[in-house]
Amino acid sequence: MTETNTAGREPPDQMLDGNRAAAIGAKLCRVQVVAAYPITPQTPVTEALSEFVERRELPAQYITVESEHSALAVCSSASLVGARTFTATSSHGLAYMHEMLHWVAGTRLPVVLACVNRAIGAPWNVLNDQQDSISQRDTGWIQMYARNNQEILDSMIQAYKIAEKTYLPVMVCYDGYILSHTEMPVEVPSQDAVDRYLPPYRPHTVLDPGNPKNYNLVTLANPRANAEGVLCHGYMEIRYLLQEALQKSRETISAAGQEFGELFGRSYAKLLWEHRMQDAEIAIVTMGSLALEAVVAADALRKQGAKAGVLGLRVFRPFPGRDIAEALRRCRLVVVFDKNVSYGNEGATCNEIKAALYGSGASAAVSNFIVGLGGRDVKARDLADAVKGALSSLERGALSNECAQWICEI
Amino acid sequence: MSQVNAVSLTEKEYLLPGNRLCPGCALSLAYRHILKALDGRAIITVPASCLTVLHGMYPVTSVTVPCVNTPFASVAASAAGLVAGLKAVGRTDLTVVAVAGDGGTHDIGIQALSGAAERHDDFIYICYDNEGYMNTGNQRSGSSPLGAISGTTPILGKRQHQKDIVAIMEAHAVPYVATANASYPLDLYQKVRKAMSMVGLRFIHVYSPCPPGWGFPFSATIRIGELAVQTGWNVLYEVENGVFQLTAGSESVARKGNPTHVREFLTAQGRFSNVTEETVQELQDWVTAKWQRYLERARSS
Ligand SMILES: Cc1ncc(C[n+]2csc(CCOP(=O)(O)OP(=O)(O)O)c2C)c(N)n1
Ligand code: SF4
Repeated sequence: MTETNTAGREPPDQMLDGNRAAAIGAKLCRVQVVAAYPITPQTPVTEALSEFVERRELPAQYITVESEHSALAVCSSASLVGARTFTATSSHGLAYMHEMLHWVAGTRLPVVLACVNRAIGAPWNVLNDQQDSISQRDTGWIQMYARNNQEILDSMIQAYKIAEKTYLPVMVCYDGYILSHTEMPVEVPSQDAVDRYLPPYRPHTVLDPGNPKNYNLVTLANPRANAEGVLCHGYMEIRYLLQEALQKSRETISAAGQEFGELFGRSYAKLLWEHRMQDAEIAIVTMGSLALEAVVAADALRKQGAKAGVLGLRVFRPFPGRDIAEALRRCRLVVVFDKNVSYGNEGATCNEIKAALYGSGASAAVSNFIVGLGGRDVKARDLADAVKGALSSLERGALSNECAQWICEI
Repeated sequence: MSQVNAVSLTEKEYLLPGNRLCPGCALSLAYRHILKALDGRAIITVPASCLTVLHGMYPVTSVTVPCVNTPFASVAASAAGLVAGLKAVGRTDLTVVAVAGDGGTHDIGIQALSGAAERHDDFIYICYDNEGYMNTGNQRSGSSPLGAISGTTPILGKRQHQKDIVAIMEAHAVPYVATANASYPLDLYQKVRKAMSMVGLRFIHVYSPCPPGWGFPFSATIRIGELAVQTGWNVLYEVENGVFQLTAGSESVARKGNPTHVREFLTAQGRFSNVTEETVQELQDWVTAKWQRYLERARSS
């Protein structure tokens, strides 16, 4: 996978768990203000960063806040005076940040957040699913999902590039324990190379008495004239611009991924991952570390004669709907595995994939499975069995598109 | 520090004429003097409150200092972020000031405020206290007094006494806590100046009468604020590195003798129209006990 490192030196791979990879990623990005509050399984990220700061390996301000709501408020205001900021959380912490998530996106601040995916109570559960970040999908943040620890580190570096180009906050999501606490070989780029990729944060405006501005005033729905009589945006125009920025960010994300590939040898030019999709008739779609399990399942299905492939979502917001429709165009069956539920409907990924397929000319039947909630183990064999089940229903003409099936005991 | 007076007070205005607060709002007056004291060398952060309204409606503002509006619970954390960000980018010439109402301070914002105080974050926190949630139309807050009628205590009035936020902040061992009152603007000005010269979390509580919320005429604001001080309801003092001192109107009351009966303060307002004689007595006892404690402290420090 790795080609030459253009910094000249070839740093050896290190054995890193996902949290360490995220913390090292933040450090390589020379973050200037870190504010975070501990929550399992994110805690080692906050600990690693405080260690870097106390050792003076990272000349950053580390604010040991008293809650996640405050963590994001610190990042938000620090960003407004021109600092590059970072926070990390999981689950209840992310839910507790909900109000601030909206504010950071609405203020168009390039804050980066590592979300270590964990289930949300009640009842208490500290293990992995993706309900936490999926519940925040409509807050205006870019959401990336990493498959392995190398991707966590690489996504962190790309996240700042993307955030600071688009003025959108970016959430880098990775599965709790499965990645956060599992060590894997990770190539850590040199500081020189990251510096070349990521210039210092240059905010378009900062709070300054020399040019006093008032951020986030009460804003009416309709445009309104300023003191010079110039008509300025209303609330709705400002929200439209946020939506437009998210829509356009697809290009920035691709370009950032491509440039990353040119410098570091690992290209991320697309918002999707494909495995044996060229001639696939059956597609398994999922995101996060489950996509790797899906690869094993697809290979097994191929051995059994089914033309299966995997489509993994690297980016969930903005949703790469057109690319997904294109990738699934020739499939007759699409099986979506969700580690989340949009309660009262189906898995969020499936729901959006169906919407992407509508009117695209694709004719695949879509089957949805809810799996792995609260850390319930999902094996490649479970995925393969579910695909086989969906396939036989399809062949009997009995595939129901209506509701998701849960891979559990009831 | 030389005392400022009405003549020597800077003529420079940072709060432009014309804002959206109610006529007679004490906050306008207090904020005007706070900004004069800061003299354009500050960044302000403001949570949801009547102060948000004062700051205006996009794209026009009546305030000529840089400001960030932030969600209700987060103003102290926002200030901490401004301090950290300024440090990170190497700007050392600015004072960060959080200004919030009593709801944003005593209630929803107390977690962030307590956290910032405990961390010794380096900013000034100013709570203007109108003893209720006024921006949402006057509901009970942790600072509303016993007996006060509000939107959520509509008939019986509030059943509990006020939360003593200044004592809570003092218990955090911050270098400076002070109380001020919009009716005594020069004292307020002086206290903001003093806070500016210090490091760490400085907390200033500003008593801020609210005509529609409290039910008194727009023209009576200054008088109501003064009555609060003369009755000992609102006591003006400062605690600088542990040293307590009565100031301004409260210092005069202490010198001249006993405070006037709280009835004078209560009957001037509609919000206490339902209080019984027992409640008046209870309030008087509460005020007297508090006043005695302050006097004790003033004598012993
Ligand atoms: C999380 C949240 N809850 C409730 C509100 C609604 N709200 C806006 S201002 C306000 C009252 C503010 O009271 P206070 O802090 O005392 O300031 P004042 O309005 O009296 O100036 C409330 C309840 C909000 N903005 N955010
Ligand atoms: S409601 Fe009270 S505090 Fe708010 S602006 Fe009006 S007078 Fe001032």
